[in-house]
Amino acid sequence: MRVVIAEDLFLLRDGLIRLLEAYGFEVGAAVDNGDDFLAAVRVQRPDVAVVDVRLPPSFTDEGLRAALQARAELPGLPILVLSQYVEQLYARELLADGGGAVGYLLKDRVFDGAQFTDAVKRVADGGTAMDPEVIARLLAHSATAEGPLGRLSPREREVLSLMAEGRSNAAIAARLVVTERAVAKHTAAIFAKLDLQQSDDDNRRVLAVLAYLGR
Amino acid sequence: MNGVAAGGAAGDTGGARLRPGLRGGLLALGHALALFCLLLAGTVLLLVVLAPVVLAVLSLGQFLKYQLNHGFTFDSQDSRDLLGLLLGLAVCRFVLPVTLLATRQLTMLTRRLSARWCGVPIAAAYAPRPVPARAGSRRLGYQQRMSWLLNDVSTWRDLLWLVVNVVAGWALLAAPLTMVGVGVVAFLVPGSAAFPGTAGLSGLAAPPAFPGNAPSVLLVIGVTLVALGVVTGPVALRGYGGLARLVLSPSREAELAQRVEELAQTRRETLDTGAAELRRIERDLHDGAQARLVAMGLTLDAAGRLIDTDPAAARALLYEARDASARALAELRDLVRGIHPPVLADRGLADAVRALALDSPLRVRVTGSLGRPDAAPGSPGSPGRPVRLPAPVESAAYFAVSELLANVAKHSGAEAADVDLRHSSGALRITVSDDGAGGADPSRGTGLRGVARRLAAFDGVLVMSSPAGGPTVINLEVPCELS
Repeated sequence: MRVVIAEDLFLLRDGLIRLLEAYGFEVGAAVDNGDDFLAAVRVQRPDVAVVDVRLPPSFTDEGLRAALQARAELPGLPILVLSQYVEQLYARELLADGGGAVGYLLKDRVFDGAQFTDAVKRVADGGTAMDPEVIARLLAHSATAEGPLGRLSPREREVLSLMAEGRSNAAIAARLVVTERAVAKHTAAIFAKLDLQQSDDDNRRVLAVLAYLGR
Repeated sequence: MNGVAAGGAAGDTGGARLRPGLRGGLLALGHALALFCLLLAGTVLLLVVLAPVVLAVLSLGQFLKYQLNHGFTFDSQDSRDLLGLLLGLAVCRFVLPVTLLATRQLTMLTRRLSARWCGVPIAAAYAPRPVPARAGSRRLGYQQRMSWLLNDVSTWRDLLWLVVNVVAGWALLAAPLTMVGVGVVAFLVPGSAAFPGTAGLSGLAAPPAFPGNAPSVLLVIGVTLVALGVVTGPVALRGYGGLARLVLSPSREAELAQRVEELAQTRRETLDTGAAELRRIERDLHDGAQARLVAMGLTLDAAGRLIDTDPAAARALLYEARDASARALAELRDLVRGIHPPVLADRGLADAVRALALDSPLRVRVTGSLGRPDAAPGSPGSPGRPVRLPAPVESAAYFAVSELLANVAKHSGAEAADVDLRHSSGALRITVSDDGAGGADPSRGTGLRGVARRLAAFDGVLVMSSPAGGPTVINLEVPCELS
């Protein structure tokens, strides 16, 4: 699986390359600014791109804008955006085209190499990887006491959070140490309570949940 | 409107236009009548101010004259003069501060009415109230109060205005009123005898005695007088406003002195706020990230010592250190968010407020924009290149909106709020409104006052309207240029 990396801090770029290579990824290019990143993905057509939000020369949201442009040029290009902080506004912009295959994670998540590379793979496979902090804020924003979210049991909320992060039933089951059957039951209950269409496709299911939360 | 004082930039920026026509003329007459009543009140006040002073001075003069004429003796005449002197001084002592402050209220009212009714706004530049010399007391001592009032040139302007009113002001107001009054009473009423069936009315006043005073002639003169009064009313009113401005408007020097005082105060507050912020950041770093890094160092050291003898324990310690570094990062993130929010740095105010809206537990709608709709592609203001305000204004406005939205969520009971952002006539204008219970009191919480204080550093103002039952609407206005 080929990756293009855009990260301006040498130490982090180096760390990312080593981490991804250790988990069997092939790093096609590692650049340090938005323009080079766009050039690299145009040429390489990688399976997935990992981009830092803040890049030179403006040191603002250059990386995010480059990522959005890359998506516009190459629809469906899987992109995982890393940042020192997460913002709902940016998460929405990434999810806006509704195509999935996006990730938005805090940089700290690279500390856990297994989980991080799992997220990269998920995005490369067309799934989503949203940072738990984004989801927590989304839930806090849309969870008014009387709303449908208020009617979820604590366990169902937990499942909903993990699902919104982009995890499959199997992954949720492993995380919560329950059977996959139990998770499926919770998901069915959640979709019924939120009045959403159940879907067998994991990715579409996640996008439906995110769209619901982001209303 | 419930104004939170902050800076002196806003307020009455321009007087209302006088309305033309019959309606305007009649309205002007009503206003002239009201101002005349105010003038009478001012005259009474002037007498109350002057009477004890005059009494004391006259008594002293009498006393001295008597002493000079009769050698230095003491008899009943002396005691009468001295009694007058003491009485005058005593009344001065107790009444003067009150009457001077009342005069000030009266002229402030005149200023407001002049702007609203005469179309002539008049600025005020009173010396600020001094800090009470007695520790722990909120009241000014007598001496301090008197020196504050008497050393302020505006006080003397106020008194002068009362005098000018008595000498000339009344004539301006009285002229149109008299014309209408005389026209109605002396001419129209007796003139109404020209119509049959109004005998009772025409009998109320005797017709003026001059040759050819037939009812029809009286009617013509009466109508002319009344019309003249109605027409000259607005003119006289404007003249009165002009006269008031001539006397009451502060000198350039006084205005500048007031501005300097304002600037000194906002600078002091800004520096204090800045210093307090730095202390908070230092404390947060010291107790948070710094402490965690120290702990991490210790943990890593322990892991290093154990790695050969007890690899399992060493591994546990390493994970512990990793988690501690994640927590340190989280704390630093929160700290940065409090200093300079990332979206604000990346995208500017409009998107930062949108991000705030997304994080708020309320349904917040953000409208308006800071862009230039006619901007050419690639120039500032076009999509993709957001217009930026000066960074300090941006930051102050962001934290103001953040505080206001937090207030709405906490106190108002509202479910939804609206934030409107725009830049017009050289000022950033933000309106935050909610559908809550209203009744917000700026004097109760420190939040609103803090916001007003921070905006004051940029000559910004915060104006709140929050009637009981809602809705609450807060307007922020900060003069600044787009870049």
